[in-house]
Amino acid sequence: MMIRKKPKKIYLNRSRGGNIVISIFLAAMGVFMALPLVYAVSNSIKPLSELWIYPPKFFVENPTLSNYRDLLSLMGDSWVPFSRYVSNTLTISVVGTAGHILISSLCAYALAKHDFPGRNIMFQVIVLSLMFSAVVITVPSYLIMSKLGLIDTHWSIILPAFCSSLGLYLMKQFMETSIPDALIESAHIDGANEFTIFWRIVMPLVKPAWLTLIIFSFQGLWGQGGTTYIQTESLKTLNYALSQIMAGGIARQGAAAAASVIMMIVPVLVFVITQSNVLETVATSGMKD
Amino acid sequence: MRNKTKYTLQRMRKSKVSYLFVAPYMILFTIFTVLPVVIAMFLSLTSFNVLQMPTFVGLENYGRLFLKDSVFMTGVKNTLILGVILGPGGYLLSLICAWFINELTPKIRSFVTLLFYAPSISGNAYLIWGILFSGDDYGYINGLLIRLGFINEPIQFLQNTDYIMPVVIIVSLWTSLGTGFLSMIAAFQGVDKTYFEAGAIDGIRNRWQELWYITIPMLKPQMIFSAVMSITSAFNVGAVITAICGYPTTDYVAHTIMNHLTDYGTTRFEMGYASAIAVVLFVLMISFNQFAKRFISSIGK
Repeated sequence: MMIRKKPKKIYLNRSRGGNIVISIFLAAMGVFMALPLVYAVSNSIKPLSELWIYPPKFFVENPTLSNYRDLLSLMGDSWVPFSRYVSNTLTISVVGTAGHILISSLCAYALAKHDFPGRNIMFQVIVLSLMFSAVVITVPSYLIMSKLGLIDTHWSIILPAFCSSLGLYLMKQFMETSIPDALIESAHIDGANEFTIFWRIVMPLVKPAWLTLIIFSFQGLWGQGGTTYIQTESLKTLNYALSQIMAGGIARQGAAAAASVIMMIVPVLVFVITQSNVLETVATSGMKD
Repeated sequence: MRNKTKYTLQRMRKSKVSYLFVAPYMILFTIFTVLPVVIAMFLSLTSFNVLQMPTFVGLENYGRLFLKDSVFMTGVKNTLILGVILGPGGYLLSLICAWFINELTPKIRSFVTLLFYAPSISGNAYLIWGILFSGDDYGYINGLLIRLGFINEPIQFLQNTDYIMPVVIIVSLWTSLGTGFLSMIAAFQGVDKTYFEAGAIDGIRNRWQELWYITIPMLKPQMIFSAVMSITSAFNVGAVITAICGYPTTDYVAHTIMNHLTDYGTTRFEMGYASAIAVVLFVLMISFNQFAKRFISSIGK
């Protein structure tokens, strides 16, 4: 048996070789992950002359914001006012996210803390739905949307976002581990009804989880092209408008680079702000068989 | 038996509030997720062009898929190749990165986490790979290789059949550190440090042993979740290929089931046939996921 004199020494079984391997691996991965992003940003601040230089240069030499100005003026010229695309995307993101959190949390709470017939089968079906992606069912979804008269309305994007199964899954797992049954029990004894318990006790306790749901839902909705269900130009989204600029060919190459940076930077910034909450939530995402 | 039914009914009556809570979600979920799967299964047995009513054709669509459609078989082959490489590949990458990142100090750790996670949430930033690999004068990778003297003429990465699959794999791996990766990062941070101290006393000598004997057994639930995320996205690859290499790829060399589905569903409007493709993909995704779930939970048992 060993006698612990310096506990820290025993705990850190770290070889120098291992540290070197880890550093090299992480550095290589870091370069691989970062380079395309850096290239995208660097491209967006290149003047046109540098964008078309041969051989291509990785880094910008005379940085300029002219591409962003071009993008702004292109936005001003567009047939549908650009503010329209922005407000469409905002409407979809805000309504979709708010509804998703409310509806999923209600359901997650009952699945996590109530015992009622059918609860296991419901949860199993939801877990099963994590195992395939929505793109697979595009054809029948389109038929359903048109039967419900949702084609060419924002609801065709918002309603499916309400019932995203990843959000519900994360919320349910988080509630299961972070809310003690005794707490709900004692609220019952004090005479609170189920809805009061949900709204006044459970929801404030799962703040990290609903912040996470906001991020994931927002990331999904922000990137929505929405071209499958929406045909009217004035109902289309920001992502669609920017991707039109990106597809605009050689003359708009600079503005396209600026547009792609804007599309990419927003979700990343949102994640930066909420990183610790997201990590706290996904820590409970484990799946049992 | 009758008593049991009676008892269940009684419990159901008592759980009215619970049903009220789950109702909004379950109704929407049924309409937008469960129903489409059922409809796809039904349509796959019909011939349907959206304009006329579907006519029942039995298993004809499936027969045509597996016996006559050689492009589909290429799609199955490529999807399986991508699934086998990207599923476990993206998954191991997540595990290794999460494990290594966990050794860093907190501040550097959150920066590296952000850097690795960013590609998967930055929308269609993967399009930048199209410029990097481009075969004309502006392709950066070609420019670099020529300058370093490895090649004299640009390689047509996006058209040459030897290079398309590797390019698709690289780009997909780049976006593969998503939700599953975050889940593992969080799980590593959540492991109680006293286990490592106890392990050190019990004779664990290095971090490999620490990972194998302490961390992995505790991480299993997150590992299963992460595997599901990574397998589902591996079978989903399709749009990336079209965006970077065009449709169809040269000689269908990177044609996936997803590409085939998009082709018949949104270009040719053969909805019955497209539904049969969707059902095959659906079955593949579910069975690979179930297999992975079983496999991971059986490790170390």
